[in-house]
Amino acid sequence: MRYRLRTSIVVLAVVILAGALRAAAEQAPPAKPAAAGKPAPAKPAPAVPSKPVDAAQGSPAPKRPAAPKAWTPTRTPWGDPDLQGVWNDATSTPLQRPSSHAGKDVLSDEEANEFQQELAFGLTRDRRDGGPDADVNRAYNDHWMDARRLKITADRRTSLIVDPADGRIPPLVPLSAERQQARAARADAIARFNAGMPHSPEEMSLPVRCIIRTDSPPYLPTIYNNDFQIFQSPGFVAIAPEMIHSARIIPLDGRPHLGKNLRQWLGDTRGRFDGNTLVIETTNFRTDDGVVFQGGNPATYRITERLTRVAPDAISYEFTVEDPATWTRPWTALIPWTRIDPAEQMYEYACHEDNFDIVHLLSGARTREKNGEGKR
Amino acid sequence: MLLCTPTRVPRWGLRLGVTCAVIAVGLTVATTAVQQTSTSRPFPPYKAPRLADGHPDLNGLWQAFVTANIDLEDHEAQSGPHPELLGAYGGWPAGQSIVEGGEIPYQQSALARRKQNLENRMKVDVSDAKTWHDLGDPEFKCYMPGVPRATYMPFPFQIVQGSSPYILIAYEFTSATRIIRMNWKGDAPIDSWMGWSRGRWEGDTLVVDVTGQREETWFDRAGNYHSDALRVVERYTPISPYHLMYEATIEDPKSSHGPGRSAFRSIAGWRRPCSSWSSSACPGRKRCCSGSFGKHPDDHARAKETSK
Repeated sequence: MRYRLRTSIVVLAVVILAGALRAAAEQAPPAKPAAAGKPAPAKPAPAVPSKPVDAAQGSPAPKRPAAPKAWTPTRTPWGDPDLQGVWNDATSTPLQRPSSHAGKDVLSDEEANEFQQELAFGLTRDRRDGGPDADVNRAYNDHWMDARRLKITADRRTSLIVDPADGRIPPLVPLSAERQQARAARADAIARFNAGMPHSPEEMSLPVRCIIRTDSPPYLPTIYNNDFQIFQSPGFVAIAPEMIHSARIIPLDGRPHLGKNLRQWLGDTRGRFDGNTLVIETTNFRTDDGVVFQGGNPATYRITERLTRVAPDAISYEFTVEDPATWTRPWTALIPWTRIDPAEQMYEYACHEDNFDIVHLLSGARTREKNGEGKR
Repeated sequence: MLLCTPTRVPRWGLRLGVTCAVIAVGLTVATTAVQQTSTSRPFPPYKAPRLADGHPDLNGLWQAFVTANIDLEDHEAQSGPHPELLGAYGGWPAGQSIVEGGEIPYQQSALARRKQNLENRMKVDVSDAKTWHDLGDPEFKCYMPGVPRATYMPFPFQIVQGSSPYILIAYEFTSATRIIRMNWKGDAPIDSWMGWSRGRWEGDTLVVDVTGQREETWFDRAGNYHSDALRVVERYTPISPYHLMYEATIEDPKSSHGPGRSAFRSIAGWRRPCSSWSSSACPGRKRCCSGSFGKHPDDHARAKETSK
């Protein structure tokens, strides 16, 4: 009984999370082109983040939490910058800038306060103003909400995306008929899932099936389990995301990537230190639907992440994705990571082991069909 | 080699030691691993390289080459399911026990459950949450394997040991991970699949006390199992640049009986110095519900259409 209760919680989490992850990318309708509108260079942000990313790209640099000037990054005994610890990346600042804030990348204190309240209201689940459907979706209530998820970034930005200057994912390039079809099929599957009528387990998303979740780069904040523990040894960095209990083992010795015929759910990562910044590049993603962020093309998709410890309790996490077969230009987001009190620990996040609801969702769908519901 | 503490609690153990050279694999390994279960350690004295804190450097990619995942105790070669289809591909090799004393000291009443596990190891009934965890080997269901099984499954694991008070062990199978908290005082806040690991150094040996494990994991495919009272004390000792001795002492007052103790004997890891680590042990990892159960009739029709 004890584990069954936990199980339903986990599974409900699966369902909610699937929504949350989608919402992260679709939070707001496209904004009007920013007034500043200067075309930003297509080159990704420089590897050394001490140079403000945004200044390099011709938009006003967002105010960042000031790193204590006197602080020199600590080093491991073998000389690498020391990133070890448990870190949390939760924030309510949306990935993409909402249209309501188009043209405004950094807010005043007063505006920031208001923005934070609006976002928190949108994210909170202890509300009963949306009718029965919304209530069901909000069943996973604020008890589960990481409190850090309700605060905007300390630098008062309106989007996590810092490049392009409008804070939005760049437009898509024209997609091949085949990819358009695949996207339409995916949208259909999602609609069926949301209507409680999934056809098959494979129609359910990878997070719902507990295959990959926020352990897949880029790391984006979600409702809970926003922790990452970093381990280091001579020649390696390992990042262990709380959800789902995987570890990204990153060799630093310059070895080549895996051969092109060996692809993995979380890709294949290689890293190096560039000054105080850990620069990691990930390739070799599997071609299964949903593995590559935002439906990019695994053959051309590239992601570079940069982690810089900017204060004893802060890491600046920046990622750039590029995929000429999907977006008109590369884009970059910046997410602050905060160090967790060492007395607070990261715990195992099990998912598949108690994921009863794959079965429940499917048997529910078959029952609905028998009852003649959901005819399409 | 054994943890010989006075005990009222039943304990048993295993030890894994591989005497192969780095390149030797296969049968040689199986044989020598078995020989290792004699009392003397075949390796010459060895002092491992140190990290800055003065403790031995256990970093690396390791893999145990034993057949203990099939059965911790003596086991004969066996054909897998449907040999008429799978031929020798599905077969499992023979192997000797890695348990000290040869047999796990079960209570009489606990043996029935082991037999039942063995019979049901490939049965899964997903239609009823009540039997979900009662049927089927957890490995069969692609669950996190728990400790010590994760160590001797036929997949590598990587140790990441740096200058923080935490050591990571990342296993290829199910991408399971464990954080070993060095000199940590607090008990497990809740049971988990990989348990709550607290470490300390005893000379050159990393000793890890593992509690708080969920009761549903097994020790092997033969149905050897434990209760929620399980406590595992692991000992990792470097015995050559390429070998790690692994010993585990198991206490479980609910399923085994004392004072017969035995130590898990055998493994050792084999260090793979330059390999990289692959994250997809269960290729369709966690697709426990494929098959016809949830298939929509349209999908069958579509599949037929496509195959035309």
